[in-house]
Amino acid sequence: MERVITANWHVEKAYTLSVYQQHGGFKSLKKVFGMERGAVVPELIKSNLRGRGGAGFPVGAKWSFLPKGTDVPKYLVVNADEGEPGTFKDRFIMERDPHRLMEGCIIAGFTLGLKAAYIYVRGELVLATRRMEAAIAELYAAGLLGKNIQGSGLDFDIYVHRGAGAYICGEETALIESLEGKTGQPRLKPPYPAVVGVFGCPTVVNNVESIACVPLVIERGAEWWAAQGSEKNGGPKIVQISGTVKRPGTYEVPNGISLRDVVFSDLYGGGPLDGRTIRAVIPGGTSCPVLRADQLDVKHDFDALKEKPFETMAGTSGVIVMDETVCVVRIAARIARFYHHESCGQCTPCREGTGWVSKILDRIEAGGAKRAEVDQLLDIVNNIRGNTICPFGDAVGMSIGAYLRQFPEEFIAHVEQGRCTYPAW
Amino acid sequence: MFNPNATDIDGPILFSPENEKELATLIQRYPYKRAALIPVLHMAQSQFGWLSPGVMAYVAQRLELPEGKVLQVASFYTMFDKKPAGRHKVEVCTSVPCCMMGGFAVVRHISERLGIGVGETTADGSVTLLEAECLAGCGYAPLLQVNGEFHENLTPERIDALLATLR
Repeated sequence: MERVITANWHVEKAYTLSVYQQHGGFKSLKKVFGMERGAVVPELIKSNLRGRGGAGFPVGAKWSFLPKGTDVPKYLVVNADEGEPGTFKDRFIMERDPHRLMEGCIIAGFTLGLKAAYIYVRGELVLATRRMEAAIAELYAAGLLGKNIQGSGLDFDIYVHRGAGAYICGEETALIESLEGKTGQPRLKPPYPAVVGVFGCPTVVNNVESIACVPLVIERGAEWWAAQGSEKNGGPKIVQISGTVKRPGTYEVPNGISLRDVVFSDLYGGGPLDGRTIRAVIPGGTSCPVLRADQLDVKHDFDALKEKPFETMAGTSGVIVMDETVCVVRIAARIARFYHHESCGQCTPCREGTGWVSKILDRIEAGGAKRAEVDQLLDIVNNIRGNTICPFGDAVGMSIGAYLRQFPEEFIAHVEQGRCTYPAW
Repeated sequence: MFNPNATDIDGPILFSPENEKELATLIQRYPYKRAALIPVLHMAQSQFGWLSPGVMAYVAQRLELPEGKVLQVASFYTMFDKKPAGRHKVEVCTSVPCCMMGGFAVVRHISERLGIGVGETTADGSVTLLEAECLAGCGYAPLLQVNGEFHENLTPERIDALLATLR
């Protein structure tokens, strides 16, 4: 299909302002400067653009929650803390097409009357940081940032803020705490960031891809954008495919494409490696419940994947594929170790529970667990879920719980045989 | 010589003239000084090599924060070194997509070549070996990062060629 979000990814030096402008860059901003300030949010709502960071919250609705007519400064915070295992799209937007993200930020600044945008980028993403800082410097020099941008009356700044290695900072309120110079521990909601966000001010927090899509919605029009996807899931999107497939990588697809096509089509994942059979697929990063290979005939969007019998999520659209050589119990144990390491430690069920879950799963995988521990595991994850401040605890419960639900025979086999029969890593 | 047991850095703890300028720029970005803490810790680590107690106390003084707050933040984030690290930090991704594509084999290979375990540093202080959580390159597994650069689709030959450059 036509590349829209990723159109510049293979254009040489598209990360420079001149090349970005040669390819139509900043036309949307110009258009927005000629529109009524209040006209952008209804466009975004009509476009059905949903947040691309995992939760799929409608971008236009989120923008509409910011209080109007207040003298308090308001901010945009861009969540560029890409760290959900299986996700590798925002990094490429920042490295290869950073000006599209900046254009989206400035459009938000004008539309919502913001003081500044802070791009909270994952500390490990060094090239992305460098490219964004260079892009911002070019924009100040060109009069596209700073005071009275292009005579629009908008004063707006963009700052890049590097994180320092903490998965939890991808959660919006942890990210805000971190941006304020504190440990990244999520806040209780409400108040939501739209009311009390960074520095105590109204804040809209959006993912990199979401903001990079904003100029494209303006350029193509809300009707076009909405028509590209499935119902209530507008636009093309970037899926990322990893694991045991022929063609791992990033692909732009229409929202609502069948998950089977994502995995098997020669345009995308290309199916299993030669002589192998696909057994399990995670549809959107490791926090999303796993699906069995016989459950792939489902639309890949935020709504269809939630339905029974799938009961999972589109998440970040990071599709992870496992074939019959991969031990799903070991995958669950690896995910549990990740959660144990990354739990921020604030809520007891998560801080303690993730450690117990990790230990029990390691024991089951090694063949040293009793049958009763499999049930105990489910009991623990169900007691983490719903009992924590942030969705991290829910993700532990949903993802680990799904391995138990989808592949119970594997857990029992490890216990009964007293060992793992899959090839070692 | 690399001293893994160093209790603080040698010499005076003062920001370089360039970093003094950078400090002023960083502070200006936020409504209050404290918000600059994480960027300033990054800057301090890159100048002094690691965040020794002396460096953390210096950062606390410069940002007008209690020393405990600086330690609290420095301990929360994995990129901050509270003990001396090697000149090159080799971070191998062993997160879910990578682990099924040979991430742990990469760790073992490097560990055998350098004679160090995960979390350890070679005796000459050149390389620290670490396992990393998802480094956002899952489609190009297995991969590692060193000095901010990604090395993807690793093979034993490519790893050896890379290690030869890390001195």
